[in-house]
Amino acid sequence: MRSRGLAVAPVSVVALFLLVPVIAVLIAGVRPDSLHVLSESRTWRVVGFTALQALLSTVVSVALALPATYALYRLRLRLRRLTLAVLTVPFVLPTVVVGLAFRALLPENLNGTLTAIILAHAFFNVGLVVRVVGGVWSRLDGRMQDVGRTLGMTPFNVFRRVTLPYLRPAILASTALVAMFTFTSFGVIMVLGSPAQPTIEVEIYRRTTQILDIPAAAGLALLQLVVVVVALIWSAALQRRTAMLMRQSSAPPLRASSTVDRLCVLWTYLLALALTLPVVALILRSLRAGDQWSLQRYQQIFAPSGGTTRDIDAFSIVTTSLRYAALATVLAVVLGVLGAMAVQLATRRGVTLEATLLLPLGVSAVTIGFGLLLVSIHGPVDLRGWSFLVPLGQALVAAPLVMMLLLPILRSIDPRLRYVASTLGAGPLKAWWAVDGRLIGRATVGAAGLACAVSLGEFGATAFLARVDEPTIPLQIVRLLGRPGEANFGSATALAVVLLTITAVVLTATDRGRKQW
Amino acid sequence: MVNGLEVVDLCVTYEGESLLSHLTVHIGDEIVALLGPSGSGKSTLLRCIAGVQQPKTGRITWNGADLLAVPAHQRGIGLVFQDPLLFPHLTVGRNISFGTRDSSRVAELLSLIRMSGYADRRPETLSGGEAQRVALARALAPQPRMLLLDEPFGALDTDLRRSLTTEVRELLKSTHTPAIHVTHDEDEAFAIADRVVRLADLQRSSPF
Amino acid sequence: MKVLGTAALLTVALALTACASTPTPASSSSGPVTVRLLTHDSFVLSTTLLNDFTTRTGITIEVVAVGDAGELVNRAVLSAGKPEGDLLFGVDNSLLSRAVSASVFDPYVSPEVRHVRPEIADSGNGIVTPIDDGDVCINIDKVWFDKRGLTPPKTLDDLAKPEYAGLLVTQNPATSSPGLAFMLATISKYGDSWREYWSKLRANGAIAVNGWTEAYTSEFSGAGNSGSRPLVVSYSSSPPAELIYAADPAKASVTTSTMTDGCYRQIEYAGVLAGAAHPDAAKAVIDWLLSPEVQSDVALSMFVFPARAGVSLPPEFVQYAPRPTNPEELPADEVGANQQQWLNDWTETFVS
Repeated sequence: MRSRGLAVAPVSVVALFLLVPVIAVLIAGVRPDSLHVLSESRTWRVVGFTALQALLSTVVSVALALPATYALYRLRLRLRRLTLAVLTVPFVLPTVVVGLAFRALLPENLNGTLTAIILAHAFFNVGLVVRVVGGVWSRLDGRMQDVGRTLGMTPFNVFRRVTLPYLRPAILASTALVAMFTFTSFGVIMVLGSPAQPTIEVEIYRRTTQILDIPAAAGLALLQLVVVVVALIWSAALQRRTAMLMRQSSAPPLRASSTVDRLCVLWTYLLALALTLPVVALILRSLRAGDQWSLQRYQQIFAPSGGTTRDIDAFSIVTTSLRYAALATVLAVVLGVLGAMAVQLATRRGVTLEATLLLPLGVSAVTIGFGLLLVSIHGPVDLRGWSFLVPLGQALVAAPLVMMLLLPILRSIDPRLRYVASTLGAGPLKAWWAVDGRLIGRATVGAAGLACAVSLGEFGATAFLARVDEPTIPLQIVRLLGRPGEANFGSATALAVVLLTITAVVLTATDRGRKQW
Repeated sequence: MVNGLEVVDLCVTYEGESLLSHLTVHIGDEIVALLGPSGSGKSTLLRCIAGVQQPKTGRITWNGADLLAVPAHQRGIGLVFQDPLLFPHLTVGRNISFGTRDSSRVAELLSLIRMSGYADRRPETLSGGEAQRVALARALAPQPRMLLLDEPFGALDTDLRRSLTTEVRELLKSTHTPAIHVTHDEDEAFAIADRVVRLADLQRSSPF
Repeated sequence: MKVLGTAALLTVALALTACASTPTPASSSSGPVTVRLLTHDSFVLSTTLLNDFTTRTGITIEVVAVGDAGELVNRAVLSAGKPEGDLLFGVDNSLLSRAVSASVFDPYVSPEVRHVRPEIADSGNGIVTPIDDGDVCINIDKVWFDKRGLTPPKTLDDLAKPEYAGLLVTQNPATSSPGLAFMLATISKYGDSWREYWSKLRANGAIAVNGWTEAYTSEFSGAGNSGSRPLVVSYSSSPPAELIYAADPAKASVTTSTMTDGCYRQIEYAGVLAGAAHPDAAKAVIDWLLSPEVQSDVALSMFVFPARAGVSLPPEFVQYAPRPTNPEELPADEVGANQQQWLNDWTETFVS
């Protein structure tokens, strides 16, 4: 009985914070003039393009990732840790920076094309696929394949009829995640896409800020929400099946022995190398001014020269960003820990509650920003311009990731430990703290670092909520990109490198807490 | 020409460490129990015969014909491990018919292992003994010329082992399948086999 | 209980932060004040003018640029009543009704408006003050036509004729301010049959790109650009820019001209934002924007025409930027009411 009481508090707090923007969008979205947007043919072109780029990005991400997953999790690989880090770090890099890095890397004629979008999305998501599928693949008992061979299957047929079916839930789960992330991608499309081909996410933003058609934006947000919820429920169901398979013991990695093995190893190294290219291109680009190497772009952003328009100097932008991110991190960790506890408790009660609480994971940043904007305008209290809105929005984007990091740890805790603690005389809270609290403590540091990195690079929600005179780094990057001229582009790259550096410092400092991820 | 399986002067190393050295053995139309302490290389020998591991030197032949050049999936030699290793994504029936195109034999095999009516069950719903019997049926389904059993009862409790030992011997005899049964339990070895050999005795330079 | 406690703490923390960071309107006491001017990215004025103003009045102007004119106005609409600055410059006649109906501005018309050219003086409807205007016109690469011995088009109708097939580049009206103005010009000229006109343009090989920069520098062949199309939607003040921005103005020549038919007049206004912290200082800034010294600076700094009558124009403007005599114009409220539908119609007609 008391544990149920314990569940109510985190569930209600998390629900309050994470679902308020969604509810705001729902309320605004179910009005008849909002649903009108669904009858416009333009809307369905946007939906079609969104789905197309998400589908292609997902297929490419998974296809690039699978051979590397095999090499990283089944074979012995030199520099494995480094290679794995190179593949997975992009996932937490700021989307705007990555978009810009690809603009610096790709030839001019690919700018704004579907190809560029797909490549950038693959850059982000390859690591996610590798992690999700690799975790399962490493636990596939190698003798299973031996059984297949002795039952008369060629190596290819063993892969097709044993390995692939075994991996299928994991592949589908990662597919669902990547599809969801690319379906709701915003920063990459804003920086890299063509304005003539918006995604739903960009269209929501455009309808709000450029056309001021808020009912239509709400209708689109609602439509997107429906798609995401379906993907989430599907993915959650698959994750459960994956968890079931994960109970097998893991097999030791083998030496690459066949030609296919060696090709996979080569592929992995090449992929890791390719993933470093955009960042290298970005850094090189930021060191160019005109035709020569110089630090001019950095001088320019830290001490902007006169002109009429006050160009905010990078020091104050960085300070603003850090201040927002610090607040957002604290809030995200509190919400994330409570959320993970809530899901953990809800898991025993049924899937519906779990799906409801996981919903924020799939809610796009733009929907969160847009929802908070609606709340700030139409809510009981006029909150427009309230500077806490920005960190709040960032925290709502980051909190689900904190939940995602902590949940597996909470789930892996043997519930008997809590009973033991209880029989030793601890009350439910004390028992929770003695067992769960201690175990997730270290992971929380890692989660906080991740939340901080996400908040620093957050663009979708921040774009709706930030005051014009207090831009964050990603906002200023996009603002600079909106202005013509090589100098502005150069300044944007320099600012992107600054953000990249800060993100790297934050992630490195908190790395220990994420070892298990 | 020698009938059945002949292993001559087999040496296996893994990463510079010798797992088997100069092993020679002949197995005809019989059930041979192979005894030896754990880690002595029993499983390695079976893996080499099945073709899922390659020896460093030596010869493996069937009726005088070289087996080493034949890939595992064409050797027609079945392998059963200590764990049942049923394919988790397939039903019991589909597990059994995995290695054969002829799914009509599923019912026959299920009745042989006294598990009729289990065809549509999922592997995770079976008990340890049931799962191991299904694994045995799965290995027998393609009608292998020889079956290799790598401590197949190792994970089961004593009572179950005893009843399964008899059952498996009957099964092998009724299907006329020669077999190598690896174990470290002498009672089990003598109960199941026509002949018992010790791994240590096989690893000499002279033929057995 | 600990969890509930945390939740309660959190709520209190949020409430405290709310109090701490809600912008408090500063008392409008005299003495040095800083007013914040919200404007678009194209806003430029000479720094010396700004400094003189501060020295003279004690008012420092902080200029904050907020994207293009559309974004600027929409932000102002979303924050109406709780503005992010004191005054706004850059709302134009196609966006004005949107801003006015959202009560973005406290009505203020500068007394200086009596000096404004009569044809635009009252266009701010007593709520905002006109500061400058300009014309969106088809620009022509004269060299391209001379080389081929072709006569450049003279009217909008000409653009749909086969001899000018594949020569025009315009901008997407949904993403570009001159693109929108050009679309409004065609609506003003052709009325209900404007969509048919665009179907003809499309059939005649016209293209639309997303922004002015892309159209002018990448697609347009004139003014030293490397594109292949000799007709572009731009401003009537673009030709003199060739001289003013030239590396060596003495040697440069003007190679482009404007088509005087089908131009759309854009008027830019400044207004005091409702709820401004320093409304009086904001009014002073608006008065100053109409002062002769600022008005004589706008042509060269922003490539627009001063609203104030009798302000002398730079010689380049006089020679190369003739004002169209009968520019197209639509009433602001009609634009406000229909713009979204028009944009959708345009996309249906020209893109899909």
